[in-house]
Amino acid sequence: MTIKQLSIFIENKGGTLIKVLDLLSKAGIQIIASTVADTKDYGIYRVLTNNSAQAYLTLKEEGINVQLSDVFALCIDDQPGRAAEAIKEISDANVSILYLYSFLWQGKGVLVFRADQSEKAKEAIMLNKLSFLTEEDFK
Amino acid sequence: MDNNSPYFHPQYETLSREEIQKLQLERLQATVKHCMNSPFYKQRFEEIGLKPEDIKSLDDIRKIPFTTKQDLRDTYPFGMASAPLRDCVRLHSSSGTTGNPTVILHTKKDLDEWANQVARNLWMVGLRPDDVFQNSSGYGMFTGGLGFQYGAEKLGMLTIPAAAGNSLRQIKFIKDFGTTAIHAVPSYVTRLYEVMQQEGVDPRKDTKLKVLAIGAEPHSEEQRKRIEDMMGVKAYNSFGMSEMCGPGVGFECPEQNGMHFWEDYYIVEIVDPETLEPVKEGEIGELVLTTLCREAMPLLRYRTRDLTRVLGHTCPCGRNHVRLDRMRGRSDDMMVLRGVNIFPIQIEKILMQFKELANNYLITLTTDEDNDNMTVEVELEELFTDDFPRLLALEKEIKRRLKDEILLTPHVKLVPKGSLPVSEGKAVRVVDKRKVYQ
Repeated sequence: MTIKQLSIFIENKGGTLIKVLDLLSKAGIQIIASTVADTKDYGIYRVLTNNSAQAYLTLKEEGINVQLSDVFALCIDDQPGRAAEAIKEISDANVSILYLYSFLWQGKGVLVFRADQSEKAKEAIMLNKLSFLTEEDFK
Repeated sequence: MDNNSPYFHPQYETLSREEIQKLQLERLQATVKHCMNSPFYKQRFEEIGLKPEDIKSLDDIRKIPFTTKQDLRDTYPFGMASAPLRDCVRLHSSSGTTGNPTVILHTKKDLDEWANQVARNLWMVGLRPDDVFQNSSGYGMFTGGLGFQYGAEKLGMLTIPAAAGNSLRQIKFIKDFGTTAIHAVPSYVTRLYEVMQQEGVDPRKDTKLKVLAIGAEPHSEEQRKRIEDMMGVKAYNSFGMSEMCGPGVGFECPEQNGMHFWEDYYIVEIVDPETLEPVKEGEIGELVLTTLCREAMPLLRYRTRDLTRVLGHTCPCGRNHVRLDRMRGRSDDMMVLRGVNIFPIQIEKILMQFKELANNYLITLTTDEDNDNMTVEVELEELFTDDFPRLLALEKEIKRRLKDEILLTPHVKLVPKGSLPVSEGKAVRVVDKRKVYQ
């Protein structure tokens, strides 16, 4: 039910992002969605790809600080109010969202988030029959 | 003592260069002979076949091997002494965070000569027995405490051992006792001024202050001027080190153009820290000092690790004792930050306790207003989380443990693995961007 997302530790400095993108490009990895969260000194670059295992190995070999994190990717209709409905189910299950980003994919909205309690989030998704994506969908 | 004389020891302070050199040779020869009572120096001279009689001119000092802080550590506690312990009356010791501590012994005469140097300095900047001297420096093993205490008393001033800290009480003393002179580290003077402002005390109107003696931590000309502007009085730079005695070794005269190092007490050499050859006059090099008047523990050609340069040998004040520039840095990796001595190895030791961290780190020192700051950048070994709160918690824990070790809190910055410069051979661990060294 979850997707492996790359979390990459980068410095808040020119040239650091392009280095990572270059490596992924050379390995033929396609980026599906990505976002940067930053503090004053450093950032975490979070990336969904079509091949997280390969992407992880590629970056790791180059000595990049990278981690695979399990995130959820809810698939919703591209309509007003759908995100609120989906997230409400998660919230009602007393699950906190650590971070969230969204993108459009094949005419659908995708909400990517990491939950503080993965098992409870899974339960909420199953019980409410929420639609979700896996890495297979991006291949 | 004539209060109108600018000199405390006119017979020594106004010697001509020739007279200084003649006196130095006599005292050097006597000191070298006396050093043969020290097991350390006796062995060192025998090893290279040098005899005290071989010192026939001042230039012959270059035949004598250097003494280092490591020698002091290796001979801990009493192996360097040239006088029997029963003749010693005082012991000062360094903290020894990076190995054995060092011990410096004093006889009664040593303490008296030390006080003489400090008294000479304070007299030089206009202080007289009518003055009230408040010593707001740490006491205990820190020589700035007892050193200034004895010197100020020797001059004949009413001397207040206020010690460091408790700024409100300090200000009360300054007002109630009519303090005219203060000795403190520069950052503490700034602190005192801040508290004065909060309390509505104007140092110009509400106090009788006229002189500040500042030293024991590196500070720039700019910082000195700012302190003078704040307090409305002259601030004079003081140089001391416990290995020589403590404060007193060098001090600025009213010209404020370099510190006079007392050449009746020391031989001053400036050498290239790599080749150990003398640098050209006026070039920056490492300060090397030989004591000329000490009984308990004379030191020959002691490498201070402080970098400075000669500014001149004459001065409008009438003293021909060499003038040295304020210290420009260190030739070893010791950092002096807010009066605290720190070696990179202390920081490394703590960082290496964290399995989340890689081996590469970089310490950067900067000046922000008048405060010295330290930033420690350290590489992350593995990204163990993609949660910011957990990364911030790691930073906080690193800070806390560093503070326990070095007594001040640095800014800690996690950086990706491989992002710090890797140099060939010896890694660059410290970058000093403080104004004082520019």
